[in-house]
Amino acid sequence: MDFNFTEEQEMVRDGLSRLVREQYDWDTRRGAVESDAGWRPEIWAQLAELGILGMPFSEEDGGFGGGAVDAMIVMEEFGKGLVVEPFLPTVVCAGGFLKHAGTDAQKEEHIGGIVDGSRVYAFAYAEPRGRYDLADLQTTAKKDGDGYVLNGHKAVVVGAPWASHLVVTARTSGEHRDRDGVSVFVVANDAKGVVRRDYPTVDGRRASEVYFENVSVPADALIGEEGGALPLVERVADEAVAALCAEACGAMKVAHAMTVDYSRQRKQFGVPIGKFQVLQHRMVDMFTEYEQSVSMTYLATLKLDAPEKERKRTASAAKVRIGQAARFVGQEAIQIHGGMGMTDELAIGSYFKRLTILNAEFGDVDHHMKRHIALA
Amino acid sequence: MNLEFTAEELAFRDEVRSFIEENYPKHLGDAGMREDMSPEDMVAWHKILGEKGWSVPSWPEQHGGTNWTPTQRYIWLEENARVNAFMPLPFGVSMVGPVIYTFGSEEQKERHLPGIRSGDVWWCQGYSEPGAGSDLASLKTTAVRDGDHYVINGQKTWTTLAQYADWGFFLCRTDPDAAKPQEGISFILIDMKTPGVEVRPIKLIDGGYEVNETWLTDVRVPVENLVGEENKGWTYAKFLLAHERSGIAGVARSKRAVEKLREIAGKELLDGEPLIEDLDFARKVSQLEIDLAALEITELRTLAGEQAGKGPGPESSILKIKGTEIQQRLTELTLEAVGNYGAPMYGQIDDAGSNQYPIGPEYAQHSAATYFNMRKTSIYGGSNEIQRNIITKMILGL
Ligand SMILES: Cc1cc2nc3c(=O)[nH]c(=O)nc-3n(C[C@H](O)[C@H](O)[C@H](O)COP(=O)(O)OP(=O)(O)OC[C@H]3O[C@@H](n4cnc5c(N)ncnc54)[C@H](O)[C@@H]3O)c2cc1C
Ligand SMILES: Cc1cc2nc3c(=O)[nH]c(=O)nc-3n(C[C@H](O)[C@H](O)[C@H](O)COP(=O)(O)OP(=O)(O)OC[C@H]3O[C@@H](n4cnc5c(N)ncnc54)[C@H](O)[C@@H]3O)c2cc1C
Repeated sequence: MDFNFTEEQEMVRDGLSRLVREQYDWDTRRGAVESDAGWRPEIWAQLAELGILGMPFSEEDGGFGGGAVDAMIVMEEFGKGLVVEPFLPTVVCAGGFLKHAGTDAQKEEHIGGIVDGSRVYAFAYAEPRGRYDLADLQTTAKKDGDGYVLNGHKAVVVGAPWASHLVVTARTSGEHRDRDGVSVFVVANDAKGVVRRDYPTVDGRRASEVYFENVSVPADALIGEEGGALPLVERVADEAVAALCAEACGAMKVAHAMTVDYSRQRKQFGVPIGKFQVLQHRMVDMFTEYEQSVSMTYLATLKLDAPEKERKRTASAAKVRIGQAARFVGQEAIQIHGGMGMTDELAIGSYFKRLTILNAEFGDVDHHMKRHIALA
Repeated sequence: MNLEFTAEELAFRDEVRSFIEENYPKHLGDAGMREDMSPEDMVAWHKILGEKGWSVPSWPEQHGGTNWTPTQRYIWLEENARVNAFMPLPFGVSMVGPVIYTFGSEEQKERHLPGIRSGDVWWCQGYSEPGAGSDLASLKTTAVRDGDHYVINGQKTWTTLAQYADWGFFLCRTDPDAAKPQEGISFILIDMKTPGVEVRPIKLIDGGYEVNETWLTDVRVPVENLVGEENKGWTYAKFLLAHERSGIAGVARSKRAVEKLREIAGKELLDGEPLIEDLDFARKVSQLEIDLAALEITELRTLAGEQAGKGPGPESSILKIKGTEIQQRLTELTLEAVGNYGAPMYGQIDDAGSNQYPIGPEYAQHSAATYFNMRKTSIYGGSNEIQRNIITKMILGL
């Protein structure tokens, strides 16, 4: 057993933590989130320069030989600063598909662009009436000569307004919710027939409704096996779940620290409110929830290469635990801040909002509880 | 004991129902749910009720009340909730109004009660200060007697909807040397247009602007605006808070919100079936309904006690705690029900008159903002921790 990080991992963490501290302070972040662009490409370039975007790829794929633990470290630090730059969709999701199922040519074309920061990806998987079922697809990809023609509507595609490319799940055969017939494509975001409706999200990111209207893609847009990609999609989704859990841990850690700090400063009835035992115990409970969440994040991350059933069950267990913890920590943080917690001016409200919204990403507590039960 | 309505009560319900059907402004639609109402919209129903004589049902008859029984008042709220009506704001009707008719001078009653009844005068509540929230008694705003005026200086905060207010009721320190912090505080009515009153909006986490900072700089207020006795304001403030609390339970509104939640969960799909048929989700909705049923009867018991001459006492803290927990849970479940479409920030998306694709189902809009906003309910009106402290002391005797 070893819960230690390697020297390189510690260095990466230190570097990122400095970047977040120095360049992702609260006001700067808010300015960026409210700007027209909604993010900072210059931060992205810096992440590429620091090697962060290439870290989880093997050396032969053009990366720096890391893996899921490295992604976890990155996401945790990003969670602490509420970083909005699209590491999860680009590196974890698109990168995951390429890593596991890309052809040499695909890897060469795409991974290089991810590592050097020149390309940004969004993962278009959810559909308006599909809830969290990855196989619930009405988007179709019909064979057309050598290539395919895509039609459909993807919901709340995070990072799509910033993306150069979209990774899209679509049905090449089968019915609505069949496990068979699912395929994955990579499509240029400016391809003819891709229609986007962009908007901000309540937690400070940007997303789009993406419509595919007879979008023609060549044969080599297909990643993995035609019609047999669901296991691959599930694997990447589990990797995304683990990464999201790490992000949640980072955000919870800061939300907790801010709350403890506030309870030391804020005086009512002549004493700091942190002296009230009822609040002390709740901050202890927040802390416990956070620690349990870290444990589950480690577990889920370390089991990503385990046999499929074990991997899925652990990812679901982590998402359940973290979904519950994130809600508890977020709500308590606001409550203990009192009226100040309700203001847009204080950072704590944004931590609360991110902790709320990430619960639904890649499946909420009920969804993963069901999956955990089904895999018993 | 009997929970059935009598024939007269049923007749009353029909009368109320048809009145609401005929008079509730149609354009307000499901107004109780909307975050983006204009000030005119917010008082529209109040004004109609004022004309009918139904805007202040719980007041004594001599001040314009209706003399309805607790059951009738309950029916009234239920029927309004059926159309999700935006009810008269509480600041005049259930807060300062009762203080004025109970403790105010004859002149104050004559001057202020009609405007509260009619909805023509908008009131706001100036209690909290940056340093005095839960510990309200530590408030610092001072009122110093200067001839026949008070000169008021200080800063209030969280003043809800003060940006539209004509008048405010404020707690000010008139005797800084009083032995206890609760003493030496006075309850003063301030015309918000008086020079020196400045209101600055505060943006909240849902993006809305419902609260303000209120700055008071050398504000000269005639002494006749003092309510009751000088230095006895704390008594009136406590009287008012107990009134405020019974409104916060919001049972009728929550019942309507549960129906709405059921509708939404009937449209959302899980594995191709309506979400509401999913046992996990259905169980959570039922849990809410069960808790709400218990709260409803508890509220009715409180109302009945009030009718029998027992003023709203510390029991109203139970209503506040459970009522707000249920309201928060409802918005949480609604957000859960809409799945991925909770994330878009609808406030910044202009769909009106657009021929673009809409974003998500209409019922998903503002579900996140409403959830964020409703966290306030366990903080304001005396936080739920403070309510529990009250029960600890007043009921458990600890
Ligand atoms: C099944 C069992 C086996 C045991 N075995 C042993 C044994 O082998 N050897 C031995 O020496 N003892 C043993 N104990 C005793 C045990 O350690 C005591 O019961 C325990 O320390 C609590 O003390 P108490 O029962 O006096 O409760 P109290 O101390 O009177 O506590 C009553 C309640 O008040 C709470 N409380 C007390 N102080 C605070 C505070 N400062 N803040 C908040 N809450 C507080 C407690 O948490 C508890 O809920 C055993 C007890 C049990 C029930
Ligand atoms: C949306 C909104 C609208 C409002 N509208 C109005 C208005 O119109 N007029 C007005 O005057 N005020 C208004 N308020 C203010 C409201 O009454 C206060 O926010 C509330 O009393 C809490 O005070 P605080 O914000 O200073 O929090 P604090 O008192 O600083 O409390 C912070 C935390 O500490 C806890 N705490 C404090 N003391 C204790 C204790 N003794 N034991 C245990 N826990 C404790 C609290 O419960 C809370 O969780 C509004 C507030 C909000 C958020």
